Amino acid sequence: MAYIIQGDTGDWEIVIGLEVHAQVISKAKLFSGAATEFGAEPNTQVSFIDAGFPGMLPVINEICVEQAVRTGLGLKARINLTSVFARKNYFYADLPQGYQISQYDQPIVGEGELILDLPDGGTRTVGIERLHLEQDAGKSIHDMHPAKSFIDLNRSGVALMEIVSKPDLRSPEEAGLYLTKLRSILRYLETCDGNMQEGSMRCDANVSVRPVGSTELRDRCEIKNVNSIRFVQQAIEFEARRHIDVYENGGTIKQETRLFDSVKGETRSMRSKENAHDYRYFPDPDLLPLVIEQSFVDSIKAGLPELPDDKKARFMAEYGLNAYDAGVLVAEKASAEFFETVAKGRDSKMACNWVMGDFFAALNATGKTIENPPVTAADLGALIDLIKDGTLSGRLAKDVFALMVETGKAPAALVEERGLKQVTDTGAIEAAVDAVIAANADKVQQVKDGKTTLLGWFTGQVMKSTQGKANPAMVNEMLSKKILG
Amino acid sequence: MSKLTDLTMAEARDGLAKGAFTAVELTGAHIKATEAQRHLNAFIVETPDLALDAAKASDARRQAGNIGSMDGLPIGIKDLFCTEGVQTTAASHILEGFKPPYESTVSGKLKAAGAISLGKLNLDEFAMGSSNQTSYFGAVENPWKKKSDPKAKLVPGGSSGGSAAAVAARMVLGATGTDTGGSIRQPAAFCGITGIKPTYGRCSRFGIVAFASSLDQAGPMARTVRDCAIMLGAMAGYDPKDSTSVNMAVPDFERALTGDIRGLKVGIPKEYRPDGLSDEVARVWDQGIEWLKAAGATPVEISLPHTKYALATYYIIAPAECSSNLARYDGLRFGLRVPGKTLDDMYKKSRAAGFGAEVRRRILIGTYVLSAGYYDAYYAKAQKVRRLIAEDFRKAFETVDVILTPTAPSAAFGMGEGTDDPVTMWLNDVFTIPTSMAGLPGLSLPAGLSQDGLPLGLQLIGRPFDEETVFRVAGVMETAANFTAKPEGV
Repeated sequence: MAYIIQGDTGDWEIVIGLEVHAQVISKAKLFSGAATEFGAEPNTQVSFIDAGFPGMLPVINEICVEQAVRTGLGLKARINLTSVFARKNYFYADLPQGYQISQYDQPIVGEGELILDLPDGGTRTVGIERLHLEQDAGKSIHDMHPAKSFIDLNRSGVALMEIVSKPDLRSPEEAGLYLTKLRSILRYLETCDGNMQEGSMRCDANVSVRPVGSTELRDRCEIKNVNSIRFVQQAIEFEARRHIDVYENGGTIKQETRLFDSVKGETRSMRSKENAHDYRYFPDPDLLPLVIEQSFVDSIKAGLPELPDDKKARFMAEYGLNAYDAGVLVAEKASAEFFETVAKGRDSKMACNWVMGDFFAALNATGKTIENPPVTAADLGALIDLIKDGTLSGRLAKDVFALMVETGKAPAALVEERGLKQVTDTGAIEAAVDAVIAANADKVQQVKDGKTTLLGWFTGQVMKSTQGKANPAMVNEMLSKKILG
Repeated sequence: MSKLTDLTMAEARDGLAKGAFTAVELTGAHIKATEAQRHLNAFIVETPDLALDAAKASDARRQAGNIGSMDGLPIGIKDLFCTEGVQTTAASHILEGFKPPYESTVSGKLKAAGAISLGKLNLDEFAMGSSNQTSYFGAVENPWKKKSDPKAKLVPGGSSGGSAAAVAARMVLGATGTDTGGSIRQPAAFCGITGIKPTYGRCSRFGIVAFASSLDQAGPMARTVRDCAIMLGAMAGYDPKDSTSVNMAVPDFERALTGDIRGLKVGIPKEYRPDGLSDEVARVWDQGIEWLKAAGATPVEISLPHTKYALATYYIIAPAECSSNLARYDGLRFGLRVPGKTLDDMYKKSRAAGFGAEVRRRILIGTYVLSAGYYDAYYAKAQKVRRLIAEDFRKAFETVDVILTPTAPSAAFGMGEGTDDPVTMWLNDVFTIPTSMAGLPGLSLPAGLSQDGLPLGLQLIGRPFDEETVFRVAGVMETAANFTAKPEGV
C-alpha cells in the first residue's frame, strides 16, 4: 500500500499535511449581519463592518460558533471552552480592515481524527491538529481592466473553518481520500456544503519528501488554494517529484509558499520564507475571549446525526454489506438514505446491488443527483419486490428499470402497460418448450449424448420465443425433464 | 443672550421646562458664542443650521409633551464620533471629507435624548496627544490665560481639547469626549471643567473611530458634576453592537448626588506624590483631602505599587492596538487617496500624506512591539503588567470606596511647549493612565487655581461600574471647592 517514488538515489516517501478552508453554512457572516449567499452581484452583501469603515466593531455570530463546535465533534476532537480571536495583520486590497480576525494560539477546536476509507476496504486514521474560525477576505479581480483591479467584498467576513491535518498523509491518493472523507463529514453535519468549484471548500497542501525509512521532517512547501481534489493530487505529485529532483541534484528545498497552475500542471514559487509576512498576531481587543458552556457542547453533541463511519459500521452489521460497498453508500448522506429506503424490509444484498449497479449507472448517465434521482427509492424497492414475488425475472427487471429511468413511471404500471409480466403458466411454457424441442431434433440428440451444456442454448431459444417473459427457472426444469427424462 | 450660555446644563434644562426660553433661543445663543470664540479653533465643523432645525423640533416635542432627558440642550460632539452625513475626521487629513453613512451609538443616544449638536469638536489626531496640537485642522487654544503672560496661548490639553475648550468658553453646555489614557480628564483639568471617563464597557464604542480598543471609552465633559451625571445617563448603556460593552442597567447618576459622604473611605495613593510634583498640585490635592475630611469621609493612605510601570506599559499597548486599528486607512474605500504606481506605493503615499507625525510614531512603535521576536518582550509582558496594575486597584478597593489623586502633574502649558520631546508630553497622563489600564471610572473636577490663575484638577477614581460613588464624592468636593472662576473674555 505504501506509495513510494523511485528516484535515482533511492526510494522516497511523501509527507503531506492539508489545511482546508471550509466555508461555514450560515445565513450571516462571522462578525456582521450581511448575507453570505453565493453568486450575488459584486459588493451587494457587504456591511460597513465587512468594509472596514471607521468605528465599526465585530460581533460574533453564534451560529458560526455552533457550526465549528459541531464540526469539531464530528472530527472527534477536543472542544476548547475558551478560545481567543486574534488579528492577523497584513495589507491587501481585498482585506478592508487591514487584518483578518482569526484564531491563533487558542483555537476553538483542538486535536481530533479522521478515518480514511481505503479502496481495499481497509481504513487508516489521520490526525487532526486543530480547527479554528476566521474571516474570509474579499476577492480581487485583475482581469476586468488593463490597469486597475476590482474588489468584490461579498466574501469579506464570511466565516471559514480552517481545518488542519497532522502531517500524516503519505500519498496523493490519501490526500484525495482525506478530502473526500472530510467533505462527506462536513456535508453530513451540514456545516459546509463542500463545494470546491464555488470555493466553499479550498485546500492548501504542505508537502515534503524524505528517504524511505527516515523519520525526519524536511522543509516543506505550501501549495495555496487548490480548488479541486484532482488538482490537489496533481499538485502534490508534481511537488514531490520536484523536491526529489532538487535533492538528487544536490540542491536544497527551502520553505516557501507556492501556487498550482492547473493548466500546466505545475507549481511555482509565490513567496519565500524570507519574504513571508510578519502577521503580528495579537488578541483582538474588540472581542472578548469566546467562552462556551459544556452544556452548549453537550446539546450540540446530542443533536449530531449518525456520521459516515458509524453508518458504515451499521450497514456492515445490519445489512451484511462488505466494507467497500458500505463505504461507497455512506459517502453521501443522501445515497445512504436512498439505500436504506430501498433495503428496508427487503433483501439487502439485492438492494445494494441494484443501488450500486443500475441505479448509480443511471445517475451518471442522466446527470441527475441523488436528491432528484431518475428513479425514486420507493420505485426501486417496488421493482425488487416484483423480482422477489416472481412477477419479473432478473432480465426483465433490468428492462423495466430502463423504462423507469426513461418514463419516470412506477414498475407495476410499466409491467401492466407493456405486458412484461413473467409467464409462470405451465401450459404456455410447455407449449413453447415443446415447439423448440420439435424444431431441433439434432440438438436434442446431442444433449442426450451427453452434451448437457447445450441445455442453456435451449433455454435461450424458449426465452426468445416468449419475448423473455417465461420464468427461466421453470423453463430449465421443463427442458431437462423433457430431454433427459 | 449671553446669560443663556452661562447656565449649567441642569439650569438650562429647568429653564426650558419652565418655558423661560425656548430651545431655539438657547441654541441661538450658543451658536453666537461659537462664532465669537472661533479663534479658539475648538470646532472642526460647525453645524448651526442642523442645530437650529433640531432646536425647532425640540420645541415642538416639548409642546407635544414628549421630551427626552436632554431635550433642547446644545452640546458638541468630539470629531472622533461618527455622525451620519456630517464630516467625521478624527482630526486627520486621511479622513478629510469623510461623511459616515451611520451614527455612533453614543451620539445617536444623545440625539435620541433630544440633545442638540452644534458640530464636531477638534481633538488631537486620532485622539493621540495631550495638548491638542497634533490636529491636522490646527491646534486648539485654551480660553484660560496666565496672569503673568495673558498674551501667551495655552494648550487646552488633549486629546479632547476642542471639547474642553468649547465647554470652558461657554460655546456648549457639554460635550462628548473620549478617554484612552486621560483624554477626558486631563483637558478637563486644563480648562477648569468636569469630565468623567466611565468604566470601560459602560458606553458603547460602536461608531467611535478606534484608537486603542481595549482602553477607549466615551464620557461627558461639562461644567458641573451634575451636568456630567445628566449627560452620562444619556450616553451610557449596553449596546449589542459592541462586544465589550457591558449588559448592566444604567443607574440614575443624578440621584447619586446626595451630598452625603459620611463614613466613606478615600484612598490617597502614596505613589502619586513623586519627587518633583509641583507644590501647587500637591497643595490642591491636600486641600481636597481636607474637604473630604470635613464632609465626614476618612482619608486612608494606600499603595498602588505598580503605578510606576503604567506609563511605559500604556505606551506599548495603546500603540500596538492603534497600529492595527489604523490599518484600514489605506486610501481604498474612503478618505484620502494619493495615487501610486503599485498598490503598496499607493498605501505608502496615502498613509505618509494622511497621517501626522505623532500618529506615524505610534503606528511604528505599535508595529515594532507586535513584531515576531519582540511580542513576548513587549506586548505580552505589558499585558501582564496591566493585570498587576488592575490588581493593585482591586486590592485598594477592598479597603477604600474611592481614590483621590491629582489629575495632571501641572496646569495648562504654552502652545509649542513639549512638542519636540514626545516622552515629556506623554508624562502629562501619568496620573490618568493607571485608571485607564484598569478600566476604572475616573472623574476630574476643577479644585482651584494656580498662582498664575490657571485651573488645577483633582481626579476621583471608583470601583468598576461604581460611577455613582464617584459622582457622589465629586458633588461634595465641587461644593467645597466652589470653583466659580471663568476664563477672561468669556
